[in-house]
Amino acid sequence: MYVAVKGGEKAIASAHRYLAEERRGDPALPDLAVDQIAEQLGHAVSRVMAEGSLYDRALAALAVKQARGDLIEAIFLIRAYRTTLPRFGASRPVDTAAMAVDRRISATFKDLPGGQVLGPTFDYTHRLLDFALAAEGAEPPVADSAPDPLDPAMPRVLDLLNREGLIEPAATPDEDGPVGEGPVGEGPVGDLTRDPLAFPAGRDLRLQNLARGDEGFILALGYSTQRGYARNHAFVGEIRVGLVAVEFEPEELGFAISIGDILVTECETVNQFRGSKTVPAQFTRGYGLVFGHGERKAIAMALVDRALRCRELGETPQAPAQDEEFVLSHSDNIQATGFVEHIKLPHYVDFQSELELVRRLRRAASAHAEAAE
Amino acid sequence: MTVSAPPSDSPTEPDDPHIAARRRWMAVLARGSAAELADHWGRLGEGLSHDRLRAPESGLVMVRGRAGGSGSPFNLGEMTVTRCSVRLADGAGGPARVGHATVAGRDRRHAELAALFDALLQDPARHDAVERTVIAPLEAAQAAAAEARSCKAAATKVDFFTMVRGEDT
Repeated sequence: MYVAVKGGEKAIASAHRYLAEERRGDPALPDLAVDQIAEQLGHAVSRVMAEGSLYDRALAALAVKQARGDLIEAIFLIRAYRTTLPRFGASRPVDTAAMAVDRRISATFKDLPGGQVLGPTFDYTHRLLDFALAAEGAEPPVADSAPDPLDPAMPRVLDLLNREGLIEPAATPDEDGPVGEGPVGEGPVGDLTRDPLAFPAGRDLRLQNLARGDEGFILALGYSTQRGYARNHAFVGEIRVGLVAVEFEPEELGFAISIGDILVTECETVNQFRGSKTVPAQFTRGYGLVFGHGERKAIAMALVDRALRCRELGETPQAPAQDEEFVLSHSDNIQATGFVEHIKLPHYVDFQSELELVRRLRRAASAHAEAAE
Repeated sequence: MTVSAPPSDSPTEPDDPHIAARRRWMAVLARGSAAELADHWGRLGEGLSHDRLRAPESGLVMVRGRAGGSGSPFNLGEMTVTRCSVRLADGAGGPARVGHATVAGRDRRHAELAALFDALLQDPARHDAVERTVIAPLEAAQAAAAEARSCKAAATKVDFFTMVRGEDT
């Protein structure tokens, strides 16, 4: 029997008004401006853009405000918003070697062309609460400025290794995914926002999935690879954070134009070797790229990308991080939160049937016991 | 397994100087703000009339990256963009010029002004003045901002020094 239940509209409307008042907080305090969030909560904005899979700082800041700082809720708002806009096409792949670098470090080479550039980092801070930030009206801090800008030539660290043949090239024929997807490097690019994910997934789909996947989930999986659940000991070859130009070819022009710059974080890991009787040992690669400034996510993404390349590199998958179906099916925090949280919504009828069943089983058991006496 | 140069990201661009010039000013206009462009338009666009061939429209571009930075492409995520196309009548009775723009973000006024300047810059009679008073100054300001940002990063560049420990000498 299906029982339609009506009611609750008034309670829901009042709950949302209550939420709006709570969101605003104490009206004696100034309202939080969206551009304050965009400027001063940059990492929250970065995460919402990365996992919302939509680069727009102002929208991400608005979502953070509307969600009262619940970043997964904010990501949900962004994902919902993007479905309202038409897609004009795909960009040319961004050239991260030509990035205007804010930060660029390597954990593998101390002296490298272009140097180690720390940029605006939490690294080497003492993680002591700074009570000066709680005071109002402080003078805005001013960064140091060198007399000369960075050397525009910032070669990719892994390309330096590649020159000696010590590391696998960035594109290998077998990483492109299932055979028959076109020539190496330039085949059709899979898009999991258009086609449902199928397994085995090509590296393009894996990277797209990881780039928009939940930071906490990817972080935990990356950590598991370091603790031994998919051994491929990783070094951070390079992290770079900065602006890259986006080039897009509008249909009416017939040539690509630069439409603006986006902030991205890139991480390349250098991992343990692969070699055979015919091919001498070489380092292998993992790759992470995310919108905004998000190093934790980019490093974890590179670790998991490398772990997911296990079959291609002749390793036997045995750890969760190497299980493509497990990783890719559970990385999306909007899917996850939808399914996990939906069980709080009314399930009165489902539960009623379970209740009936338990009562019947108990009646049968007690009747059976009485008969046995 | 072969080691090959990464495929060019711009395989189809002809070496046409007109296209190269237009790509440059379009990149500058895309990075200008609507307020900056509106200021210039207030001065240069007086008396000009235009039709919207395509009214400003916001949408998405899927941004691609490459595995390993130079390997196979993948879809990184989308960005908001706004596009607009206009036809600008020549005040002096010359041919109308069609201008296009696609700019990052959702500012419709920005896209329309960028398209208007694209049309204006294609008019040989007006090109030099617009180049001199709009494009060159905007480009210089954008380059100065990028350099200032790079100088801040450069101040955080590590100078390593090695402690000499005596015994080897």
